Amino acid sequence: MYSNTRELLAISRERGLALWQVILENEQQLHEMTETQVFELLAQRYAVMAASASKALEQPCRTAGSLIEGITQDQYAYAKKGETLCGPLINRVMARALSCSEVNASMGRICAAPTAGSCGILPAVLISVSEQLGCTSRQTLEGLLTASGIGAIMMKNATVSGAEGGCQAECGVAAAMAAAAAVQMAGGNPSMIMNACALALMNVMGLVCDPVAGLVQVPCAQRNASQAVNALLSADLAMGGMVSIIPLDEVIEAMYRVGRLMPYQLRETALGGLAATPTGRAISNKIFGGPL
Amino acid sequence: MDISIFEVAGPVMIGPSSSHTAGAAKLARVARILVGQPFSHVSFGLHGSFARTYKGHGTDRALVAGALGLREDDERLARSFELAATQGITFDFHEIELDGAHENSVKITFTLKDRLQPPFTVVGSSVGGGQILITEINGFEAELTAQSPTLIISQYDKKGVVSEVSTVLANHNINIGVMKLSRKGKGELASCIIETDGEVPAAVVESLRQIKNVLTVCAISAI
Repeated sequence: MYSNTRELLAISRERGLALWQVILENEQQLHEMTETQVFELLAQRYAVMAASASKALEQPCRTAGSLIEGITQDQYAYAKKGETLCGPLINRVMARALSCSEVNASMGRICAAPTAGSCGILPAVLISVSEQLGCTSRQTLEGLLTASGIGAIMMKNATVSGAEGGCQAECGVAAAMAAAAAVQMAGGNPSMIMNACALALMNVMGLVCDPVAGLVQVPCAQRNASQAVNALLSADLAMGGMVSIIPLDEVIEAMYRVGRLMPYQLRETALGGLAATPTGRAISNKIFGGPL
Repeated sequence: MDISIFEVAGPVMIGPSSSHTAGAAKLARVARILVGQPFSHVSFGLHGSFARTYKGHGTDRALVAGALGLREDDERLARSFELAATQGITFDFHEIELDGAHENSVKITFTLKDRLQPPFTVVGSSVGGGQILITEINGFEAELTAQSPTLIISQYDKKGVVSEVSTVLANHNINIGVMKLSRKGKGELASCIIETDGEVPAAVVESLRQIKNVLTVCAISAI
């Protein structure tokens, strides 16, 4: 039916359907499922996302090496106080993204989106945008469907693995997916959705995967927070009329090629970037008794 | 688009890593199904990245959880060591080199309660996104992803066994997707792995067990 975002957009235009409707049809064919069954499964996934986005807001989760234990609680308390630079929406989005990361690092239950390391971005954006705009649960799930459908294209035509493409492939793809969801939920049109995706991915092009001590904690949690914000601002830019000069499919391809050009030290091996700093190495030595 | 949205928004799993935690748990859980009988000890030989980073990613607890039959999204996974103790199952971890194996590979050796039987071994890899590939079962080469319903049959390498197996399946309207045969030597022990398009009912598995020269039949549903 479609193998890239250009074809997906063309089908949506020809038939006058929303992107999520085309993605839904494809999914129904793939699994021989009814629309109700697909939405039930989506609701189950969303429930897991929502639980992980709130679990660490009020109580810290114990993590290996304690690198990010309690960071969510502090951020949430700050967001609630109200005296912030970026306002309640951005600050709550960041707290929710951090919560998912903290829960993930503590061996709690999460929904990978597209990976475990980037599991906070999409939930934080879905929940916060839904709250901000007063979306129904159906509208929120349509956002999730849009995001996952475009994510599937990126998984197919590029990669979502940090070991292959760096952080841009994990948190970058998650941000692009979340941007798509946000535009869908805010009532933007299919072109705006594609532009928001392209802008989000453009903003993160080249980001390396350099986990301290090889743990999915630092800088993963911080990048979940910042990429959730990237998703929101990309959505606003697109709905304000900004068009990505480079079409989304070409941005996806470029992201993949940048990943291929990255040295292996910057692809999840904990041999470069923040992991290779003196402090990063010292933390690794302390936890594992030596470098990885 | 042949990639499901649920592969992107999913899997639901216990963190922190789809390959080092969820995939590890799934590997051990499928291995437990393959063993199919009580065991007292499990030994995990860790290769590559599994050997280097297993502690930080909870790979150890995930493997034990899988061996106890817990699913990848079961929150008891983090407490699997304590659970194993209450079930009287012991375990150990050690580093090994598996020639040409994927970075995230493990050799799992089960010591069976039936002491007359030799240990049961399974070698497999966590290939990313929580997906697995089992490459060896009790010394027989395998190629098992557990993404479709699968039958694992051990038999004597005798004429007609394979044909009888496929006849039983055909008679029950079960289509064979992929079939892989291997044997230790002519006329000796052989192994047959069959991926089917639909689940294989227990009664059909029982009919397969009745076939002459078939030793064991293990059915794994799509997981």
